[in-house]
Amino acid sequence: MNTLIYLIPIALFLGAVGLVAFLWALKSGQYEDLEGASWRVLDDGDGKPEKK
Amino acid sequence: MSCCAPGSETALEVVRAGQGLPTSEELWLMSRTLGGGLRQTDLSVPGVHCGACITTLEGALKTLPQVERARVNLSSRRVSIVWKEELDGARTDPQELARAIRARGYETHLFAPGEEGGDQTLKQLVRAVAVAGFASANIMLLSVSVWSGAEAATRDLFHWISALIAAPTLIYSGRFFYASAWNALKHGRTNMDVPIALAITLSFSISLYETITHGTHAWFDGTVMLLFFLLIGRTLDHMMRGRARSAISSLARLSPRGAMVLDAEGGREYRPVDEIKPGERLAISAGERIPVDGRILLGASDLDRSIVNGESAPAPVKVGDAVEAGTLNLTGPLTIEATAAARDSLLAEIMGLMEAAEGGRARYRRIADRAAQYYSPAVHLLALLSFIGWMFVDGDFHHAMLVAVAVLIITCPCALGLAVPVVQVIAAGRLFQNGVMVKDGSAMERLAEIDTVLLDKTGTLTVGEPRLINGADIQPSALLTAAGLAVHSRHPLAMAIHDAAKLAPVIAGDIREIPGAGIEAQTEAGLYRLGSRAFACGDAGEASGQSEAILSLDGRALACFRFEDRLRPFARESIDELGRLGLSTGILSGDREPVVAGLAARVGIERFKAELTPRGKVDECAAAAEGGHRVLMVGDGINDAPALRAAHVSMAPATAADVGRQAADFVFLHQGLNAVPMAIDTSRRAGQLIRQNFVLAIGYNVIAVPIAILGYATPLIAAVAMSTSSVIVVVNALRLRAATGNVAEAAPERPAQATLRALGSTG
Repeated sequence: MNTLIYLIPIALFLGAVGLVAFLWALKSGQYEDLEGASWRVLDDGDGKPEKK
Repeated sequence: MSCCAPGSETALEVVRAGQGLPTSEELWLMSRTLGGGLRQTDLSVPGVHCGACITTLEGALKTLPQVERARVNLSSRRVSIVWKEELDGARTDPQELARAIRARGYETHLFAPGEEGGDQTLKQLVRAVAVAGFASANIMLLSVSVWSGAEAATRDLFHWISALIAAPTLIYSGRFFYASAWNALKHGRTNMDVPIALAITLSFSISLYETITHGTHAWFDGTVMLLFFLLIGRTLDHMMRGRARSAISSLARLSPRGAMVLDAEGGREYRPVDEIKPGERLAISAGERIPVDGRILLGASDLDRSIVNGESAPAPVKVGDAVEAGTLNLTGPLTIEATAAARDSLLAEIMGLMEAAEGGRARYRRIADRAAQYYSPAVHLLALLSFIGWMFVDGDFHHAMLVAVAVLIITCPCALGLAVPVVQVIAAGRLFQNGVMVKDGSAMERLAEIDTVLLDKTGTLTVGEPRLINGADIQPSALLTAAGLAVHSRHPLAMAIHDAAKLAPVIAGDIREIPGAGIEAQTEAGLYRLGSRAFACGDAGEASGQSEAILSLDGRALACFRFEDRLRPFARESIDELGRLGLSTGILSGDREPVVAGLAARVGIERFKAELTPRGKVDECAAAAEGGHRVLMVGDGINDAPALRAAHVSMAPATAADVGRQAADFVFLHQGLNAVPMAIDTSRRAGQLIRQNFVLAIGYNVIAVPIAILGYATPLIAAVAMSTSSVIVVVNALRLRAATGNVAEAAPERPAQATLRALGSTG
């Protein structure tokens, strides 16, 4: 039973990491264009980041 | 739809069709200022569908000097362009952006403003779903341990942790239901959210009590899972809600702000439209809109009367003719006498008609709302009855309360809340892939009910552009001469001649355009004239059903050019298809009788009404509605807009006037008219699936409710039953994707579903 003392916090922490990661991805617009992203990965481009 | 190699056949066709691009003014108006001299424009490009399209479009746009960045969104078939307001001191013309897209063979349209909005709520909802998903996954983890036999202190510990996770979730994710339920109760009504709010609150309280008193069963998992499923439904539903539309305000933009008033002494004064009184004389220059209804005193011109009758072909006007407010004076200056004040003019009447029509649409109640009306009282009553029943049976308050909570949780409309929105979101995605934009989820419900389709002629059944049909019979030399003259005019018929000839030789001589008549050129060979028969040959010939232009040399006819409006692609097939779907069809047109009759025969429609005013179209829709028919109105012009609002449901092509596009429930982005039967078919399938889903959800309740009432429902059973029924409903809805795979082979994911899938794996 002592294992629970650290296993439960670990489980909750990992879940929370997933949640935060999702919220971050959502906020940074990564779900805006899922279809396009699957094509863009195939585009070789020139390797340079897009100018802002 | 095959994959696009840029410049393939279909692409060329689109270019040739030359649909009207959005004008520079419209583009300016609808672009957003980003600061620093930058502006952003979002254009809808329905043709993009693969990686090559993205590269082509972005590449084409980025080579333009005024473009700062351009990004294609493949999911929403849209390109957002950030461009500089000024380039080397000169104001940029945003139409160049649209032209660059067109040059690569893609159709492009402006997006109506207001179609994007309400995003904030959606984001909040998605975040709430994520939090509820995280909470339910973690609580379920602990609950499974309890169900597999955790005892005494361990069980209490797990219950306590569950409570600690559930409490904030209830507040954060549950607030939508609490707010909505409270709002309903405050106004003395009840809605679907009342039993939901009650169920989650009660079940949480009783679980907390059980935890404190070391009880065996706690419902934290059920409570949060309920919240999770319901929020998914709510989020999807929100995506399908109609956005506020401002059709009337964009119509107001068409009315001129003021006009030049001439007083008796010949002085000129610019006055606002509202201050113009009947009897006053107004000077209208070419290119201006007529501000009020009036009569022509002086001058001749061509008027673009599309606002009145939907015809794109200008009508010649002369002294004594009546002119309507809102029509556009194209070629010559006019002096008119006002016959009505601005508030009594035609444009004001159209706005009035639209306002009146908006009311009728609002009366429709969505299927889900109608279901909720019966559902929530039934659920409350059932829970209350089981509570009272158990009080009688064993008098144990605690036990009776537990049973009542179990009933509330089990009957909570999980599957019911998903039944409608899941189907509608999938159907809307299906339609979108085929180039039909849905503005409102209830529109699909309404579209499934129709039995009559009424179509406008110009711009709907036809493309709305004249085309030379007897080019082969005309001597090439005559065609070239005509093109040489035609190049000096912006009249649609002249442009059609120019298009047909491909090149226009320079004609040496004195060339002038005579408003309302045609073009003449004094050359060494003689006097060339191109225009109406009366103008070119001096005799008023019999007006035929077709539009024509005559080329003459010194009054002798050299050639007669005949024009015809091109049918929209698949017009004929679509009408047949509508017949197969069991719908009666009819044409409502503002055009002359023989033209409408000819077109009706060509597409195979028997019923038609010609020479209708905007009010006449509304009356036709109203008459059909009174006869017990449900009408789908398909139209594009400003004159159709009131009818689009008045009909049970409406559709417009993306090339429609701004007002028409905003008044319609559906907008089809591709040229072909086959979008109409396709949308009807998909909506009907969606309607069937919604009904099946209701049956499934109710069937589930019929089985689960007795178990709960008898007191056999444990949290484990509730969890299994709830998720099973929800999954069944979603899977049933997914069948729509398989069933309608006839138009587009590729079935890319909709963002919504993908988002939810990502949610499922969180935690």
